[in-house]
Amino acid sequence: MRFSIYRYNPETDAKPYMRDYQLDIDASGKMLLDAILLLKAQDETLSVRSSCREGVCGSDALNINGRNGLACITPLSDLKEPIELRPLPGVPVIRDLVVDLSQFYHQYRAIRPYLVNQDPEPEIERLQAPEQRAELDGLYECILCACCSTACPSFWWNPDKFLGPAALLQAYRFLADSRDQATNERLDYLEDPYRLFRCHTIMNCVDVCPKGLNPALAIGKIRSLLVKRTI
Amino acid sequence: MTNVAKRTFDTLVIGAGGGGLRAALQLADAECHVAVVSKVFPTRSHTVAAQGGINAALGNVSPDNWHWHMYDTVKGSDYLGDQDAIEYMCRSAAQLVYELEHAGVPFSRLDNGKIYQRPFGGQSREFGKSQATRTCAAADRTGHALLHALYQQNLRAKTHFFDEFYAVDLLKDADGYVLGVLAFEIETGEPLVIEARTTLLATGGAARIFQSSTNALINTGDGLGMTLRAGIPLQDMEFFQFHPTGIAGVGNLMSEAARGEGGYLLNAAGERFMERYAPNARDLASRDVVSRAIITEIREGRGCGERRDHVLLKLDHLGADVIKQRLPGIRELAMRFAHIDPIERPVPVFPTAHYMMGGIPTDRHGRVVAPAMFGPEEAVPGLYAVGECACVSVHGANRLGGNSLLDILVFGRAAGNHILEYLRDNPYPRETPPDALEVPLQRLRRWERPGKGETVYRIREEMRSVMERHCGVFRSGDLMTEGIRKVEELHDRLQHAVIHDRSKVFNTARIEALELENMMEIALAAIISAQARQESRGAHSREDFPERDDDHWLKHSLYFMEGRRMDYKPVRLKPLTAETFAPKARSY
Repeated sequence: MRFSIYRYNPETDAKPYMRDYQLDIDASGKMLLDAILLLKAQDETLSVRSSCREGVCGSDALNINGRNGLACITPLSDLKEPIELRPLPGVPVIRDLVVDLSQFYHQYRAIRPYLVNQDPEPEIERLQAPEQRAELDGLYECILCACCSTACPSFWWNPDKFLGPAALLQAYRFLADSRDQATNERLDYLEDPYRLFRCHTIMNCVDVCPKGLNPALAIGKIRSLLVKRTI
Repeated sequence: MTNVAKRTFDTLVIGAGGGGLRAALQLADAECHVAVVSKVFPTRSHTVAAQGGINAALGNVSPDNWHWHMYDTVKGSDYLGDQDAIEYMCRSAAQLVYELEHAGVPFSRLDNGKIYQRPFGGQSREFGKSQATRTCAAADRTGHALLHALYQQNLRAKTHFFDEFYAVDLLKDADGYVLGVLAFEIETGEPLVIEARTTLLATGGAARIFQSSTNALINTGDGLGMTLRAGIPLQDMEFFQFHPTGIAGVGNLMSEAARGEGGYLLNAAGERFMERYAPNARDLASRDVVSRAIITEIREGRGCGERRDHVLLKLDHLGADVIKQRLPGIRELAMRFAHIDPIERPVPVFPTAHYMMGGIPTDRHGRVVAPAMFGPEEAVPGLYAVGECACVSVHGANRLGGNSLLDILVFGRAAGNHILEYLRDNPYPRETPPDALEVPLQRLRRWERPGKGETVYRIREEMRSVMERHCGVFRSGDLMTEGIRKVEELHDRLQHAVIHDRSKVFNTARIEALELENMMEIALAAIISAQARQESRGAHSREDFPERDDDHWLKHSLYFMEGRRMDYKPVRLKPLTAETFAPKARSY
């Protein structure tokens, strides 16, 4: 199979370039990550992150033939050749396919991604009805791979001000939790011309999420919470 | 020492999985200045992949108590577990799970609003009488839910994170105190000394030493390598768990939750064969029992598929609703990696290396203990270990499903608490001796050597295949003797290997080389310990010694890197308050 891979090492390369690779591999049943690891065995200087190799840790998010996804759960046989691999767009490149996600993590921390509850802790669990718990489905499963935020034009334009789909999905995860008591503070923080309202429902986030989550829907729900609050 | 940058904290945690983060949270909430070093961003740690759940006798579904849980764990360990630590773990379980719930973990719920619990392998009511329902779950993504919540709580508590820093070696002084670690920042390649009065290893397991493994690529046992090089032995390294249901051919895990929810195994004749091996517990027998049964079926010609090399995990009878609601993650994995929707067809499975019962010897406070002047269990001052890299030992010769998430929480918290005491008693940092950095820095420089040589990739893949063939589910003396010779040869070849990436920036070739050095020492520890133990117990199954031999082998192994020698220490059979569960025949 033929590959064309983005290469850049700040120590030795004046600018990035695309390098062609050829790999003898039976694509059936294999994932893109399998091929990348074999390519790395041929060329040790190719840098890429990977860990769980089953789509739960979020390490190996890449731009694959122009579309963000996780290498470990992208079937090799689905890809058109030459397979073009680039780092996630819109964030600084550290080297080759490895990007700097500092801004992405900063946005995640900014929404205070933890449960806030001021009540005395009961000796047992806090009760939550199955229907209340079901509100968290499609939210808590986020693996912070950054496929969505780095596919979002609003994030590219205002990475310092717009929170991006991943952080907003997590913001809603806590707003939706029947156990959380910081709804007002959370909404105060989000009610801002940039943080939330730079989302123009372009829907790239929904399109690329490898876990099938829907940040745009969560953002819509935050908007309606804000509207409800003003009435 | 002079030109290496230095940072100083009260306490240092190496590894950001559930064990490390639970300990860090305990310390940060006590206003301790705590640093967490991790070679990956915390939520990429392998805890994230844990599926089925966490055991605690909450009794939400059926009556339960910690004492039954303790019995099951001792029996599951094939009586090699230390009963004081097991009592401590099972007694603490409920409180730890409630704490997690308060911390925000999105557990699945029962109709009455309480935490959902499911049956799991090897668990019983009334000391073996009937199946218990003890495993608390967030669908089949419990590890993910737990790890993210712990990371989030650490953000709240302002724990200091060194993300993507690789720890090379522990720093010690002449009196044996551990004073921190030499690490380097992966992004820049710059070395950094992190000094702390205590260091906690929470670096996870090493099941990547086997060719077929459910483990993440990062599970290379770095903390175990550091421990061995610091002159401390590893305990019970012959006991590796092979999970009965890895997806055949690729190894991804199909959680025991699949059988807990009512799935079962079939051979080529369509027979529910576990009924023959474990008439009572059937498919929910202990993992070692089920793995051996699967291999036996395949060896006797009853395997499935064209090559008769796997068995089938049947789930379709559960119905689409149960599978979608309770097992969405494993459905996703089966569809992706086996191209099978378990709602429609059974999934091909095969026993796959999964979990390391052995590890760094500790007591139930997480203190690393080693033979010294006055006995086999003296604390190494300033050094702690928890989680899969540690051997408390609560899992003995075989771990029960749902006990590993419990282990990391219970002993993460216990270590955090003991570290606070240690810091109070040792308020002043000790001086790092000037020569402490020499050996670790040399270890880094060794990989800058130019010239020709074998690649790390080739030696690693050979090692993994040797371990799979010579130290797998069934073992024998001759096979392992040959295996030891082969791993020793690979160990020698590794000394001459070279890497071709000279860059300082995000040099993953260098990391893989350092990881292989750790894995190679662990592989030697595992196969040498296994060859020495002449009995079958738990996950260690010898064809030449098929019986458990309590007269000679009811003891823990200790493997020392220097001289590659073995030593032994007694099992602690005396619990804290409960009666001892005396060893007896183990059947399910």
